[in-house]
Amino acid sequence: MLSFIAQRVLKGVIVLLAIVVLNFFLIRLAPGDPAVVMAGEAGASDQIFVQQLRQKFGLDKPLPEQLFVYVKGVVTLDLGFSFRQQAPVSKLILERLPATLLLTLTAFAISLMLGILFGTFAARFAGTWLDTAITIFALIFYAMPLFWVALMGILLFSVAVDWLPSFGYETVGANFTGLAHVVDVARHLIMPAMTLGLFFMATYTRMTRASMLEVKRLDFVKTARAKGLSDAVIQRRHVLRNALLPVVTLAGVHSGTLIGGAVITETVFAWPGIGRLMYDALLQRDYNLLLGVFVICSAMVLTFNLITDLVYRLVDPRIEFTA
Amino acid sequence: MLRSPSGVIGLIILLLAIALAVFGPMLFPNSPWRMVQRPFLPPFTLSTVPLGTDALGRDVFAGMIFGARVSLLVGLVSTLVALVVGLPIGAMAGYFGGKVDDALMRFTEFFQTIPSFALAIVLVAILQPSIYSIVASIALVSWPPVARLVRGEVLSLRTREYVQAAVVTGQSNTWIILREILPNTLSPVIVLASLMVATAILLESSLSFLGLGDPNLISWGYMVGAGRTVIRQAWWITVFPGVAILISVLGLNLIGEGLNDALNPRLSREGR
Repeated sequence: MLSFIAQRVLKGVIVLLAIVVLNFFLIRLAPGDPAVVMAGEAGASDQIFVQQLRQKFGLDKPLPEQLFVYVKGVVTLDLGFSFRQQAPVSKLILERLPATLLLTLTAFAISLMLGILFGTFAARFAGTWLDTAITIFALIFYAMPLFWVALMGILLFSVAVDWLPSFGYETVGANFTGLAHVVDVARHLIMPAMTLGLFFMATYTRMTRASMLEVKRLDFVKTARAKGLSDAVIQRRHVLRNALLPVVTLAGVHSGTLIGGAVITETVFAWPGIGRLMYDALLQRDYNLLLGVFVICSAMVLTFNLITDLVYRLVDPRIEFTA
Repeated sequence: MLRSPSGVIGLIILLLAIALAVFGPMLFPNSPWRMVQRPFLPPFTLSTVPLGTDALGRDVFAGMIFGARVSLLVGLVSTLVALVVGLPIGAMAGYFGGKVDDALMRFTEFFQTIPSFALAIVLVAILQPSIYSIVASIALVSWPPVARLVRGEVLSLRTREYVQAAVVTGQSNTWIILREILPNTLSPVIVLASLMVATAILLESSLSFLGLGDPNLISWGYMVGAGRTVIRQAWWITVFPGVAILISVLGLNLIGEGLNDALNPRLSREGR
């Protein structure tokens, strides 16, 4: 198992390096001379300054050498400097990372729990009005654009009834401490997390339902029934356990979508995470910061994929730990 | 397809959306950029501007009609481009196997690992927002599933007797792939394509919402984004375009399900 993890981590590192290289060429796709762009970002376009920038960032060196310097920088967590924010990109990202992790992991947990719950209900009562209702809701949630769900949430829960705050991470200027602070953050978290989770909840509901109906017809379920086990036990121990395998796979596949969704959600709710940082970088055409966030997002997706891979092998003992 | 109720509903929705996109601008010639009435006119007050006006007094209904063109066009074209990229890669990987397969599939997996929406944002931002950069970025992030699906299909088809027969009669690889194998992979590809159009519409609207839309074309995502700051005063500016996106995507997903049931009954319960 350890060698499996080592192999997978190695594979992930190689993919990440490839993404960093891609990133390097993406920066060069940006219109204009990077030194001139940087000078503009710093608020000056003096020729001497541009030349200095060129030297400082090695832009006067041949391309392969520039690539080497860039990759070396990323490996040592130096993602460049954001002139707009006057701070190193890695520092900006590290400050914002906890908020994004809190948001995405909460959304993921909510969507997985509710999705499996609703999917199980729909499969258990397949063909009844409950199944139809769950299926229709899942279809609609699956088709709703995330940014619109977020705005409708604000319209409903912040404007129509004043239940939840519509933006931010905590109440500005309230300076809560201890439990009061936790409650305050949680109140701010509910709407963004539910918004982000809704699409995935719909996906997991559909997947769980389909997968449970599939497993239900298999022979071992008949055997369990023949043994005289109660329906509840069969559903829980035999059907659900096996039906969850494709759901776990799907969760891994969706990690990239989850990060993308976080960009939108954080933008609408002014949630101070890296998604919002990406949007700010976008507005200010701060390419260093934009691409830095992109690399970190990719690293997060790779980590998440590795974890789901491990979980998959833990829940399904039939699959061996070979990469 | 016509036997499944969801497929029929989806088809009706799609046909209505296409009709709106094609003929709408002829029937309602109001330009979506022109200021036609006072700002923040609520919906259902004037029959000439049935869905009200936005913060600049522009006709929301006109925006929805012209926006339908952008959404459908971007959805269809980017899916086509993704097919053009994904089909040959998948077909070659499945047909030649071995090292070619390995190399092409690692390449595909690489693109599948990159968070797609984040990559699309970066690409459009760097290439500057335009309808071309949007289509290109959406296509670039959505071809991998096509390649994987086609590879799987080709892998199983290439051992069939009629393909072996074509090999024995000395046909070229290109001829065999194009004439014998690819036509038989079409039905799952069509199902995937219909779902991809839906995803592409969602992607385009999300990009436009973030301000990465083509500045010369009105789109549903842009309208929602523009209405966002005034949502407390004027709900209709954000609600209606969002409903349009929801309905179109729902229609395409329903078509995908209907096609799936009709074309590959054995896969019909797999869902997505």
